[in-house]
Amino acid sequence: MEPIFAILVGLFFAVAVYLLLSKFIIRVLLGVAILGNAVNLLIFASGRILRDVPPVIGASLDMSVGPTANPLPQALILTAIVISFSFFSFLLVLSWRAYRVLETDNTDEMRVAEPEGDAPPPLRY
Amino acid sequence: MKSLILRTVAPLLIALMLMFSIFVLLRGHNEPGGGFIGGLIAVAALAIHGIANGVETVRRAIVFDPLAIAGAGLLMATLAGLISLWMQVPFMTGIWIEPSLLGQKVPLSSVMLFDTGVYLVVVGALTGVVLALEERGED
Amino acid sequence: MAVSSVPVDLSAAMVMTPTALVDWLIILPVVWCILVGAALMLVRRRVQAHARLAIPALALLVVMNAGLLYHVAVTGPVTMVMGRWLPPFGVAFTVDLTGALFALTAGLVALAGSVAALDDVNGSGRRYGFYPFLMLLMAGVNGAFLTGDLFNLYVWFEVLLISSFGLLVLGSERRQIDGAVKYGFLNLMATTLFLIATGLIYGVFGTLNMADIAIKVQAAPERAPLMTLTALFVLAFGMKAAAFPVNFWLPASYHTPRLVVSALFAGLLTKVGIYALIRVCGMLFPTSLAALSPVLSTIAVLTMLTGVFGALAQTDLRRLLGYLVIAGIGSMLAGIAMGGQGGFGGAVFYALHSIVVMTALYFAAGLAARAGGTASLAVLGGIYRSHPGLAALSLMLFFSVSGLPPFSGFWPKVMLVRTALDGGAFVLAASLLLAGFLTTIATARIFLLAYWRPATDETPPLAVVALPVSVLLPLVGLTALSLGIGLFPEPLLALVRVAAEGLVAPADYIGSVFPDGFPVAIPGGAAP
Repeated sequence: MEPIFAILVGLFFAVAVYLLLSKFIIRVLLGVAILGNAVNLLIFASGRILRDVPPVIGASLDMSVGPTANPLPQALILTAIVISFSFFSFLLVLSWRAYRVLETDNTDEMRVAEPEGDAPPPLRY
Repeated sequence: MKSLILRTVAPLLIALMLMFSIFVLLRGHNEPGGGFIGGLIAVAALAIHGIANGVETVRRAIVFDPLAIAGAGLLMATLAGLISLWMQVPFMTGIWIEPSLLGQKVPLSSVMLFDTGVYLVVVGALTGVVLALEERGED
Repeated sequence: MAVSSVPVDLSAAMVMTPTALVDWLIILPVVWCILVGAALMLVRRRVQAHARLAIPALALLVVMNAGLLYHVAVTGPVTMVMGRWLPPFGVAFTVDLTGALFALTAGLVALAGSVAALDDVNGSGRRYGFYPFLMLLMAGVNGAFLTGDLFNLYVWFEVLLISSFGLLVLGSERRQIDGAVKYGFLNLMATTLFLIATGLIYGVFGTLNMADIAIKVQAAPERAPLMTLTALFVLAFGMKAAAFPVNFWLPASYHTPRLVVSALFAGLLTKVGIYALIRVCGMLFPTSLAALSPVLSTIAVLTMLTGVFGALAQTDLRRLLGYLVIAGIGSMLAGIAMGGQGGFGGAVFYALHSIVVMTALYFAAGLAARAGGTASLAVLGGIYRSHPGLAALSLMLFFSVSGLPPFSGFWPKVMLVRTALDGGAFVLAASLLLAGFLTTIATARIFLLAYWRPATDETPPLAVVALPVSVLLPLVGLTALSLGIGLFPEPLLALVRVAAEGLVAPADYIGSVFPDGFPVAIPGGAAP
């Protein structure tokens, strides 16, 4: 299973990096979303994959019977999903605002904070 | 959105989803479920409410400011962790009591309080985001 | 299922000794910040109450952090595991001297910021939630300094990042949104890289507890990709700290938010990156960090030079300071690149100094801009005439940031240069001195143009502006702190030496997490 996941993770990363390299903010945003999923898959695969046995201890048992899937990566991924989800929603709102306020979605044209052709400081006293 | 179908179905759907969200919340810890996923379901219900009947209606329906709800949840979750201060165990240790109510044992725990806090944080924070986005969509 | 009804031996998996009250100091700074932040969110509409609640709360935080520092200085590293689970299964908060020193300094700066915000953050900014965000930011910062778990460190990074987003767009001006886009995307990238590295660590070692990793790294097989992991961490934390090739988000965003927010960011956020770099790469992967030393040295030199040359080229006062932050980061990176007690000690000391002085410098720059009516060096002038007190304070801070005695910037620089000379790293020593020299020129130019030169024709009319006491007071306090450290460096130097010793040889750190020795045998088999 792991090699398949490794290839899938690699594909996700490739797509994410490609999108992140774009100038347009909406593509970067999609890249961020895919990157988050790539990382989640990566964590999932690094926790070793075991099929079909959920890590839930049955009722009236104190210990699980036989090996189960590793629950820790799932907890990590859940946390990471929550965080990347909140970030994605924040960045989505921010990008929307940026598009409305700055009237562009091209990051090259976002020069309000660092205006082009800034004069150098006075060179003599 | 001015859709008669949606507005007719919405109350039914919303009631069902809110009930389900609380069911998922209470089911958590020992079985799949919990505060986060329950909160998300509740947010989805409120989002539908907002789409069907407008953002103002939702704001009136949840009474409190969304972020204040999130704050209350955060406070609740943190206090749930602090209960262990009195029991001389480390922070966030699950503490259980089982009082009898009408002959039925009701397990109560700091974990449940924590989960309810998470539920409120998710509901508050995400409803805030969703309502802000829907407001933008309306104008 | 009540724990008490389960008939198994719990002592193998759980902490059985009652937790002493003093151990709560470990977690209290974080819990306190979250509690107060949540309470402030609850009373979001009652803006007047925010400052009245937040300032005493932050003062209490300073007391807690001071108590924690004292406790750690006396007893050595201390640990508390969440939810009673024994490490490495429970999330551990482990505090050593390095973490406690950083936390105390951060608390002091946050207190200063909260007072300064009385004047600087207006009604709408407070309604938007300046103080709640500040408390949550401090929860994230404290959590990052105090945690002993890698994934938990990631979570605290995200907590502080998301609160910093909130603070950054406070006011929603065009410039702020522009800056926030760059800050947001690039910092998210950095934390994602951190998460990738954390996931791989889990894949390799099967644990996320730092003490546990420190043990397992020593016994790691030849093929373990330690170098890859270290390089990933260096990139992730370097991005957070604004190290050279990945520093461009900082000058793009740090001059856009409210003054107090800039000041706090400049003081705190990049240093969290430095702290994480020291903690993770320095303490957990010392051998691969040593192998990466040439790369890090190059990065350090380039970061210093980017910082100082950038500062020399700026006209806007606050953008100039943004580059000085980067120059300081370069010096800390130089310390990390050298490693060992001297290098780490120098880096830690420099970071503590930088937290205090950069925050104060932003306050001073804000007041100067207020007094002169503009932040442009081309126009500013005559502040020395109109506000001699402010000019004196600024001059002291300029000395301090340039590393001149008798201020706090001098001693870490001495430590770093001496370590570099002792270790034969002459290029690093030379660039540290060169960066100090060029910083002196850059700051001297600010003083000359904005303060010393008589008011120009373009300068808006002066002398009518009364400077707000609520900003002056923290400015004076932080400057006095810098002067105090500069005049009496021995106590702090001694603490920093012990802290660096603990980073180089983390036996005490590990011992506090695993008091009964390692490994803990788990009946019924460990994780698959």
